[in-house]
Amino acid sequence: MKVLIPSSLLSYTKEQEVEATGATLTELLADLDRRYPGLRFRVIDEQDNMRGHMRFFVNGEQVFELTHALRPTDAVYLVQALSGG
Amino acid sequence: MAHTDKKSAAREQTPIARAKRAPRRPPTRRVLVLVATRKGAWLFHGDTTRRTWRIDGPHFLGHIVNHVVLDLRDGRTLLMATKTGHLGPTVFRSTDFGRTWKEATRPPAFAKAPHGEQGRTVDHTFWLTPCHANEPNAWYAGTSPQGLFRSEDDGVTWEPFSIINDDPQYRKWMGSVQDGTPDGPKLHSIIVDPRDPAHLYFAMSGGGVHESVDRGRTFAPIVKGMKVVGGFDPDNIAFHDPHCVRLCPSNPDRLYQQNHCGIYRLDRPSSEWVHIGRHVPKRTGDIGFPMVVHPRDADTAWVFPMDGMTVWPRTSPEGKPAAMVTRNGGKSWQRLDSGLPKSQAWWTVKRQAMTADAQDPVGLYFGTTSGELWMSRDEGKRWTCLARHLPEIYAVEAAEV
Repeated sequence: MKVLIPSSLLSYTKEQEVEATGATLTELLADLDRRYPGLRFRVIDEQDNMRGHMRFFVNGEQVFELTHALRPTDAVYLVQALSGG
Repeated sequence: MAHTDKKSAAREQTPIARAKRAPRRPPTRRVLVLVATRKGAWLFHGDTTRRTWRIDGPHFLGHIVNHVVLDLRDGRTLLMATKTGHLGPTVFRSTDFGRTWKEATRPPAFAKAPHGEQGRTVDHTFWLTPCHANEPNAWYAGTSPQGLFRSEDDGVTWEPFSIINDDPQYRKWMGSVQDGTPDGPKLHSIIVDPRDPAHLYFAMSGGGVHESVDRGRTFAPIVKGMKVVGGFDPDNIAFHDPHCVRLCPSNPDRLYQQNHCGIYRLDRPSSEWVHIGRHVPKRTGDIGFPMVVHPRDADTAWVFPMDGMTVWPRTSPEGKPAAMVTRNGGKSWQRLDSGLPKSQAWWTVKRQAMTADAQDPVGLYFGTTSGELWMSRDEGKRWTCLARHLPEIYAVEAAEV
């Protein structure tokens, strides 16, 4: 599926839109970390929680659980929160 | 992962002309000053006389950099502790003085909590210390919230170190986020006895000073003689707030400490800190953050007092910044403000942002909360501004290369 990457993670992916696979958000992030080592820990902490200033959207809807199920046709957006103003 | 800071090619390389006073004995090694700021890192390459400096930076512009340290054991490995406003904390390494950087594959992170229990998360790595010379490639890291970590492979992978991260007693002493400094409670001042890699110290804001004689297997508090804020019980380790602790290289049995409640000295084997800040003139006071020791004279140490009265403005007292030096182990102190602004300068110096080189006479360096980098080539007699308009400076380290 297509995953949109925020500008702060372009140093990992080099591209704003990448392809990755997974039946859940957890699996998708594991696949992203395989392709782009180190990326996952920048957005998910060691207790497997989404970091406070990162947001995850699937098909335009914000999701809050890493167990959220995904289909190959879904569009996933990793977004920096507007917490900086 | 291979992670190269591609901006490096565009980095500014700016020579700065400086005053022309020759040191007593021309040294043969250059000084490299590593400046960590709230929005990136800068490297200042000095010549052998410390008169001209080449600026290399910014590295990682916009990243919050808490510490950049050169490994003096190999003279080339740089570690940088960093995060951003949005992204989690990590560590970057360079072995070519910042031309390229590689990210740690496993940055410092607490253990995953068992199901149903609340685990801790590292907000940022705050402090980096190379291990003993007999332990090449090994490093310690201190984090916020307080945690102690160790790497055996030059900072590529990090593991929780010692029992303290999860020990119920230590967790109690660490307190909560409300008990720490404004941007989070910190484990800092990780010190390795140059005579013995098993002998370690660290300090916590808050949570006291601690010592291990068994290479970190166990630690014990060492706070006797240290004051706490009025009304609190000094027997409660959680109330102790050491800001910065340094061991004297010329006498590893002597430590100096800048504490929330004053300046202290400890001479081992005693375990009682002596309040040497009471000899600082009252008008200046002995509150501050950094503590700097002389590389060859254990009676000489420097501090940079700040205003810790009323609401704790954390500015220079009366807007008149000055370092203070003792030449007799804290029996008396002299003000060092030649070259510094005489009034209306409301900045101060954070705990990692003042340091010394090992040359003769000793060079001193400090970075300010307002983004100025200052140095002295004569142990503080005269100060010169090396750079203005940097972001808020978090840490300054000087290394000879």
